[in-house]
Amino acid sequence: MSANATPEGTTAEGDTLPAVRLRGLHKAFGQNEVLRGIDLDIARGEVVCILGPSGSGKSTLLRCVNLLETPTAGQVFIGDTEVTAPDTDIDWIRARIGMVFQQFNLFPHLTVEENLTIAQRVVLGRGGAEATDTALAMLRRVGLEEKRGEYPARLSGGQQQRVAIARALSMGPEAMLFDEATSALDPELVGEVLDVMRELAEEGMTMLVVTHEIGFAREVADRVVFMDGGVIVEQGPPSEVLVAPREERTQRFLQRVLDR
Amino acid sequence: MYAATAAVALIVVFGIDWARLQDKMLRPDLVADQFPEIVTQAAKNTLIFTAFGFSGGLALGLVVALMRLSPSRPYRWFAAVYTDVLRGLPALLVLIFIAFGLPIALDVRIPGTYGRGSLALAIVSSAYIAEVIRAGIEAVPRGQMEAARSLGMSYPQAMRRIILPQAFRIIIPPMTNELVLLLKDTALISVIGVTPATKELTRFGRDGVNENANATPLVVAGLLYLVLTIPMTRLAGYLERRAKVSR
Ligand SMILES: Nc1ncnc2c1ncn2[C@@H]1O[C@H](COP(=O)(O)OP(=O)(O)OP(=O)(O)O)[C@@H](O)[C@H]1O
Ligand SMILES: [Mg+2]
Repeated sequence: MSANATPEGTTAEGDTLPAVRLRGLHKAFGQNEVLRGIDLDIARGEVVCILGPSGSGKSTLLRCVNLLETPTAGQVFIGDTEVTAPDTDIDWIRARIGMVFQQFNLFPHLTVEENLTIAQRVVLGRGGAEATDTALAMLRRVGLEEKRGEYPARLSGGQQQRVAIARALSMGPEAMLFDEATSALDPELVGEVLDVMRELAEEGMTMLVVTHEIGFAREVADRVVFMDGGVIVEQGPPSEVLVAPREERTQRFLQRVLDR
Repeated sequence: MYAATAAVALIVVFGIDWARLQDKMLRPDLVADQFPEIVTQAAKNTLIFTAFGFSGGLALGLVVALMRLSPSRPYRWFAAVYTDVLRGLPALLVLIFIAFGLPIALDVRIPGTYGRGSLALAIVSSAYIAEVIRAGIEAVPRGQMEAARSLGMSYPQAMRRIILPQAFRIIIPPMTNELVLLLKDTALISVIGVTPATKELTRFGRDGVNENANATPLVVAGLLYLVLTIPMTRLAGYLERRAKVSR
């Protein structure tokens, strides 16, 4: 974020590069142009919240970052790796980027602990003991260590989502993507998940967060991006975009969300 | 209506020569004659054909199901043709083709009745098994594959560790039904050449009928089929009900 704080020439290149860079990103499903030229840089440790009406392409944008969707045009960089280059090892990129889904997507046939260890073992080649240690540390972080032996179906939605966050964290990701992580939860369970996300932000995790929680965005985001119709309409610090939006589309959206 | 039923029942009870029927279908000494060979040979062979046929069918079926779901168009196309053709043909025709037609055409000999019979059954059943497996895989929510991939697992890793274990739970009840169908289809092997040692239940019963001019051996063979299939069918039903409850 603060390349100027270090004297020129002494900074290692890896430190100043944005964690995630999107350049001219386009995505179409058949005739439906969902993303129409997105340029976005996310600095290391930055928390960017993406707001926008339903269908504006927020999920698609997030899914293009780790190539769950293949962009039609444009580039995605994670650190200094171009994800969209044809010779990139996509699996390796995905292992470096955590993703949290609206529907949690825990593996129902595995215990909580196994949910956290399986990718560590299969993808990172970690041994059983190391994987378990990491898993338990991450469960502690989300306050669910005592649930290690349970199956996901026996947890509340809020607990499941916290496990899903811990699962992503146990891979040691460089950045985290959240796609409406609290939208499927009963209102009384939203808080516990947002608390975990807030702590993560305070610890300096790079986060790209699609959310409808304006309060969370106002408090936690370094930057708010408002999307509509597949383009970024407006972006800036929450104190500007959320309090005094310049664009009429942003104003109307916020009006509608706050009226609910 | 009721009167008609009663009349039919009367005709059945009095019109049929029960003693003759029993003599021709369930003669005690002939029943005794069937044992122990009908169990130690015929039923054993039926189970051997079932086991080999099902193992082969499972392996082939899994491959075909994965091809059917593959992103590669030629694989999908091949798998679709394979299942359509095999499900569209009578099992008996395929069996005869593999046992006699193919060896002549390719000038290879598939060794032994066990080999020919099991291979034919494996190929016939693989098409049905592939469809069961495919349906099971497709019943696993999309988000599971996405979650696995987003953690960095490759497609094969995600299939093996995340999707297939869940699919197999869904598959077990219909797969048990496939197993029952396959067990009954082993009867088709009776038409290809068998040695006394490789006779399965139907051939054993049929040869018994010919030798004794009496249906008893076939009836006993039929009872043995039921001893095997009814528990399996019941088990499938039980597993299906349990799977519904747990979801
Ligand atoms: N796999 C897909 N195939 C075809 N169309 C898709 C696919 N995924 C998304 N779309 C379309 O892309 C558009 C944007 O979808 P996207 O999910 O990115 O919106 P969103 O901003 O996340 O909306 P929401 O707030 O409802 O989640 C929608 O019109 C949707 O129908
Ligand atoms: Mg969405």
